[in-house]
Amino acid sequence: MKTYLLPSFKITIILIVVLAGLYPLVVAGIGKFTSGHGDGETVQFKGRTVGYANIGQKFTKDEYFWSRPSAADYKADAGAGSNKGPSNADYLKDVEKRIQDFLKRNPGVTRAQIPAELVTSSGSGLDPDLSPAGAQVQVARIAKVRGLSADVVTKLVDEHTEKPLLGVFGPAKVNVLKLNVALDELK
Amino acid sequence: MNTEYIGIIFMYLATVILAIPLGKYIAKVFKGEKTWLNFMAPLEKLIFKLSGIDPNREMNWKQHLKALLTINILWLFYAFFCLLNQAHLPLNPDGNPNQTPDLAFNTALSFLTNTNLQDYSGESGATYYTQLFVFTFLHFVSAATGLAAMMVVFRAMRDKITDKLGNFWDNFLKAITRVLLPISFVVAIILAFHGTPTSYKGKDTIIGLQGDTIHVSRGPAAAMIAIKQVGTNGGGWFGVNSAHPLENPDYLTNTVENISIILIPIALVFALGFYLDKKKLAWVIFGVMTVGFLIVLFPSINAEVGGNPAIAHMGISQPGGSMEGKEVRFGAAASAYWGITTTVTSNGSVNAMHDSMMPISGLGQMFDMMINSFYGGIGVGYLNFYIFIIIAVFISGLMVGRTPEFMGRKIEAREMKIASLIALLHPFIILTGTAIAAYVLTNFPNADWAVKPSAWLNNPGYHGFTEMLYQFTSSAANNGSGYAGLTANNIFWNVGTGLVIFVGRFLPIIGPVAIAGILANKKFVPESAGTLKTDTTTFGIMIFAVIFIVAALSFFPALTLGPIAEHFSIK
Repeated sequence: MKTYLLPSFKITIILIVVLAGLYPLVVAGIGKFTSGHGDGETVQFKGRTVGYANIGQKFTKDEYFWSRPSAADYKADAGAGSNKGPSNADYLKDVEKRIQDFLKRNPGVTRAQIPAELVTSSGSGLDPDLSPAGAQVQVARIAKVRGLSADVVTKLVDEHTEKPLLGVFGPAKVNVLKLNVALDELK
Repeated sequence: MNTEYIGIIFMYLATVILAIPLGKYIAKVFKGEKTWLNFMAPLEKLIFKLSGIDPNREMNWKQHLKALLTINILWLFYAFFCLLNQAHLPLNPDGNPNQTPDLAFNTALSFLTNTNLQDYSGESGATYYTQLFVFTFLHFVSAATGLAAMMVVFRAMRDKITDKLGNFWDNFLKAITRVLLPISFVVAIILAFHGTPTSYKGKDTIIGLQGDTIHVSRGPAAAMIAIKQVGTNGGGWFGVNSAHPLENPDYLTNTVENISIILIPIALVFALGFYLDKKKLAWVIFGVMTVGFLIVLFPSINAEVGGNPAIAHMGISQPGGSMEGKEVRFGAAASAYWGITTTVTSNGSVNAMHDSMMPISGLGQMFDMMINSFYGGIGVGYLNFYIFIIIAVFISGLMVGRTPEFMGRKIEAREMKIASLIALLHPFIILTGTAIAAYVLTNFPNADWAVKPSAWLNNPGYHGFTEMLYQFTSSAANNGSGYAGLTANNIFWNVGTGLVIFVGRFLPIIGPVAIAGILANKKFVPESAGTLKTDTTTFGIMIFAVIFIVAALSFFPALTLGPIAEHFSIK
């Protein structure tokens, strides 16, 4: 062992400098040239920062598109999933409660129109997106509360629907924060 | 939904297409041939010179293991010390506290062994110093350790009658400078340009659109996340790992990260073929591994895309599949694909919460980790597979009445004893650990501990049992993913899984290296009509049967109590 200890010690120190010191610094240097300058991309409204583009926010008011339920209550320094198993009876009761809540606050919507992501919590608790269907099902409520025509709001959702990557890979989605900012900008 | 399927088919095909040339390249690197990264040579020379190492001194298998274990023990102490004192070390902009001794014990062992089970959350349980100078550092060197050990076995299979099996330091450093660092760098840059933070600024505080105050954790994460995937480590920057929208911002980063998870493990199978000039053998091994991979992949995708029947009964539509614990930007198919790729490779990063997945997915994920060699972790995946090859050669030799030989060496009692012990170790530590946990939980649910056993589980019934089984399986397989609902940050789990992680890492490295070293020293028997051919489909089926009988069946009773029972209980 002894013959290996000193070389082990020396090469460890050198590699710590290279791999933990230099490598992340170089990446950080290149990160300065990204759109968020390495600090994370933000969303502006009326000249102030109202959020991070990639990080979901809690929206509970009727006039905004709601985000998905979150086990972390959208705390962006403590993301978490619910980790509830699919057969957990208490969990299934929670889901049923969310469905009833949604139906109550969105009159005219039927159960079959609610996509599952609106009544289940995400993995990170910070999911920034909805499926296009998850946004469309809220259009009637928002149009009514805001006194807009449903067509205007539907059009806004369509404009903010991001197609699958290159049109072929993965699901389509809508960024809830950007959509809500656009709603506020309509006024 | 179709675009979701196209997405994962693309991921797999792209991985294999990249893995073949990468395998060829890796074989060249370790044969000492010239490659386009030869400009690294002066840097390597300088590091060896400063460290007082002669990279040309040939070592036998025992010297390899001594060097490997010495430097690993050194890293263990270093990591343990840093985690215990992280609050006082530099680079702690968020003011996070020290880790408790049992948590530091678990975390240090976990990262040392390429496991990265994380009983803490990165946002609050680690500092930028420990994230970079402990975790990122260990991400590189633990993967390089696996590669260096595997190269001993490759070398022993290639050369005739020798105890000179290359130099540990040379393999180890080249694994970093020629393979891990260049690939990680490319991945890190892609992540950075898609929104993963790279700066050293601490938390940001903003007022959201609706008026809520929001604290956003950040940090120089892109560099760490890249090697986390490339090195089959899996320990992420944020607590929820690659489900976090900064750790994995969009479908493109998800594709790049997921390809990184299985790229090197698959490339190493081809590297074996190029290194030994036995391409057919490599294809046989690749075939066996791929069949094992696909057998668990399809049911999992089917279950996740199909959705949760219990929720379907509520009258809700699940066009995107089962969405609990999943992110909209990835969708159910890519989440299921990730779940299986991360468990076949001993990576353990997640982009969705496994605890909330359907029981069939949990069954597949645990099955992968119980086999632990369908592709497998960097280096160690092949070492595990090597054990199964040895056993398969021996059994088929007995069946057809031929001398069991592999690569021109007779396999005898001593090698078989080591191989059997290593093959049995894995079920032993998983099942014993789970049994003790279940015993404590049922007999002492209200023991006066900081976390009472009755508070361990996040789900009742079969699923709760699966949470415990999964935790020990993931630890023994050095995977690191978890059924994260389990309350694991307490002495029982920190220490229990810490010990399993340690045993589950080093014995399966020592065993195969010893077998290979002993075999290399034996008389070389040239291939004759009486030799059992190992590069044939028949032998591939034989290996598969051995894996299935030896490994899978030992776990069947435990799996029945967990995911299988849960599957039949959901109506």
